[in-house]
Amino acid sequence: MIPAPRFTDSVAELPTTKFGPSSLTWWGIIGFMIIEGAFFGLAFAAYFYLMGHEQGWPPEGRQAPNLLWGTLFTIVILLSEIPNSMVKKAARQRDVPTIRRLMPVIIGVGVVLLIIRGFEFNNLNCRWTDDAYSSIIWAILVLHTTHILTDWGDTVVLWALMMTDLGWEGRRLVDTDENSMYWRYVWLLWIPVYLLIYWVPRL
Amino acid sequence: MTPPDSIPQRIRAQDERLARERGTIARDGPDLRGAELEARLDRTWRRTPGIIGWLATVDHKEIGRRYIITALIFLALGGVLALAMRVQLARPDSALISPQRYNELFTMHGSTMMFLFAVPVMEGVAVYIIPLMVGTRSTTFPRLNAFSYFMYLFGGVMLWVAFLLNIGPDVGWFAYTPLSGPEFSPGKRADVWAQMITFTEVSALAAAVVLICTILKARAPGMTLARMPLFAWAMLVQAVMIVFAMPAVALCSSMLISDRLVGTNFYNAAEHGDALLWQHLFWFFGHPEVYIIFIPATGFVSVITETFCRRPVFAHAVVVLALISTGILAFGLWVHHMFATGLPRVGYSFYTSASMTVAIPTGLQIFCWLATIWDGRPRFQVPMLYVVAFIITFVIGGLTGVIIAAVPLDLELHDTYFIVAHFHYVLIGGAVFPLLGILTYWYPKITGRMMSETLGKISFWMVFLGFQLAFFPMHFSGLLGMPRRVYTYPAGLGLELPNLLSTIGAFIVALAVVIFVVNGIVSLYRGMIAPPNPWGAATLEWATTSPPPPYNFAHIPVVESNTPLWDVDGEMPVVTGLRVDEKETLLTTVVAAVPDLREPIPEASLWPFIASVAVGIVFVASIFSPWALAFGVVPCAIAIAAWFWPKEMKRHPEPVIS
Repeated sequence: MIPAPRFTDSVAELPTTKFGPSSLTWWGIIGFMIIEGAFFGLAFAAYFYLMGHEQGWPPEGRQAPNLLWGTLFTIVILLSEIPNSMVKKAARQRDVPTIRRLMPVIIGVGVVLLIIRGFEFNNLNCRWTDDAYSSIIWAILVLHTTHILTDWGDTVVLWALMMTDLGWEGRRLVDTDENSMYWRYVWLLWIPVYLLIYWVPRL
Repeated sequence: MTPPDSIPQRIRAQDERLARERGTIARDGPDLRGAELEARLDRTWRRTPGIIGWLATVDHKEIGRRYIITALIFLALGGVLALAMRVQLARPDSALISPQRYNELFTMHGSTMMFLFAVPVMEGVAVYIIPLMVGTRSTTFPRLNAFSYFMYLFGGVMLWVAFLLNIGPDVGWFAYTPLSGPEFSPGKRADVWAQMITFTEVSALAAAVVLICTILKARAPGMTLARMPLFAWAMLVQAVMIVFAMPAVALCSSMLISDRLVGTNFYNAAEHGDALLWQHLFWFFGHPEVYIIFIPATGFVSVITETFCRRPVFAHAVVVLALISTGILAFGLWVHHMFATGLPRVGYSFYTSASMTVAIPTGLQIFCWLATIWDGRPRFQVPMLYVVAFIITFVIGGLTGVIIAAVPLDLELHDTYFIVAHFHYVLIGGAVFPLLGILTYWYPKITGRMMSETLGKISFWMVFLGFQLAFFPMHFSGLLGMPRRVYTYPAGLGLELPNLLSTIGAFIVALAVVIFVVNGIVSLYRGMIAPPNPWGAATLEWATTSPPPPYNFAHIPVVESNTPLWDVDGEMPVVTGLRVDEKETLLTTVVAAVPDLREPIPEASLWPFIASVAVGIVFVASIFSPWALAFGVVPCAIAIAAWFWPKEMKRHPEPVIS
């Protein structure tokens, strides 16, 4: 027999959206961040493993990647946190007009970043087929580019949704909030990638 | 908050209207209960009939069932390959199967069993049971759950179609470089293997996130972490391990495929790459993988032991800590698979001691189960028999594990049948026996009928004894120096008898599995009708009908102890107030399980299926051309965006995920 119900509290008055760790979206995003972090961490480990086998880094006869474009990328992605923080704050305040205004800026920054990324690939001073060193720095840069691309696509779709009436819904504001959190993760991860690709070979 | 004047008049009017409508929404409670509530919930949660409804469903029970059945089919396929190998090895100098075909057989056997059977079946059981066990109506992210199943299915089908087309992999289930690299494995065999990995990793990672979020956020009110059932703990630890381990194999197999396809040099020694990098990355996944399979099984053992001994598992907290420490230690052992590659002395000592250390938490768990049996009133029905078989077999496998953790012995026994015996003892004894037990145990919950006890006992004894006959002699053939993965052996070395015994044993196990399956199918139609709680168990999955309705529970239960059904005394405390005409469940806080949010559950959708087809096509096409990735991004992005995009653009009084 199924035991008969004994009614206790009602949850009818509970909210249906909350920001931060109460929301499932937050947990889902954290889960995927950890997965991606594991990918990057292991790729970094492979980088150091291959580096340990070499006499020099970059190996003799190779030049470290040119600093200009990677550094420019770093500056732009760090500056992108300004509109990103503004959008995050606006989401928490249900300030939909600000979100609608600023998201295109973030999308534009994404395009700029992807263009700079193209120049970065061109200035690595190696092709991925050259040797193991070249393969691993290409691999890490490709991983990070995938990161940028997925977040960019995600932001475009979210922006389109925020332009509709549904943009006023709590769940969409949580999505916006978490999308900004994810972007922070993208640029935070860029910092070790930048050091590994551009500065470790210069040590 | 924003000044209200920045909100347009139209939106403000909408907000006010929606707030009014919110008061009229039907919710469960003292006024809406019993048959009427159940009928309305059923209308809301039931899936639409037909093939579209089948593809679009997000019901965790349906997806879990598919996972289990698919995994069992792969188990049977992998088993048939094992039989073929045993037939070949029954006699010395046998020419029944060619060396090339034999390479394919053991590769397919290992890959199928590890990636297409063992991990998915554990996830499938959990996807079915966990929401019921923690007292909620659905997994979190149910569409992601559906997506994960289809990815798994497509990966498995791709591997087997390739095998049947004679382009199946032949480089072993761990595909060591340089053998699997472009130089020594031209053709597409190794690429098929590497992409199968990608499919199953995407699937396992998605399912892991689903399970972690369900366990942490969707538990019934009052089910604090301290009161959480041991199976939920086991699945939480397992899912977290997947999150950290699977990226390693996905990364190294992507690096392999790019070495093969676009000419990178990760594993190419000629260009300063390193074949051992493969082994490090692979075993950084591969060792935790063993525990990813074993830890859910320990959850099964705890569940069965508790129910059939009529007392809570002895030292609950110790078992939880043992699970967590096993999960952590599992990441520090990978190098013991690489003793034969040559390591620094300190590496040998470190990984030997780490490998022996992991026996401690596992040993603790075994003593806790023994104490439970000793102190309880054990009923030796089929599931409990499997627990006893598990303890005996797993302890033997564990002891041979401690033996080969010692480097000198490992160097002697590496790549012999001693290793084959060891890992079959820990994997079949440690995971498959508990699995067969738990399938018998949860069968009535899933199907509404009991399996036959007589047939169950027959197949149990045949599996248990047949297994010992098949694998115990392998210790001796290994000690005699018989290498694994070689298609035959010469006569006159004393290997004839152990091999013949192994083959006989393998066929007994196969027959037993057939009886198990027959029992499962016959019982579906002729089995005794199962009451809601046929075994007298304590956990929440037994607090609803067998099989459960699509919405799981008419009211969300409240938990007041570790063993709720043993302590409720005929009346189940419940919370009320969830929506009845839209899909909704309750989220609680992570540690204390205090009601936190009401969460809408997504409606059924075809898009996860379409997205998995799009992603699947890209994965398969990328075996042949790297451009598939570039062009494939577009359909995948469209499918995933459509999955996320609301199908109904109107605002509801409370959120609905259409």
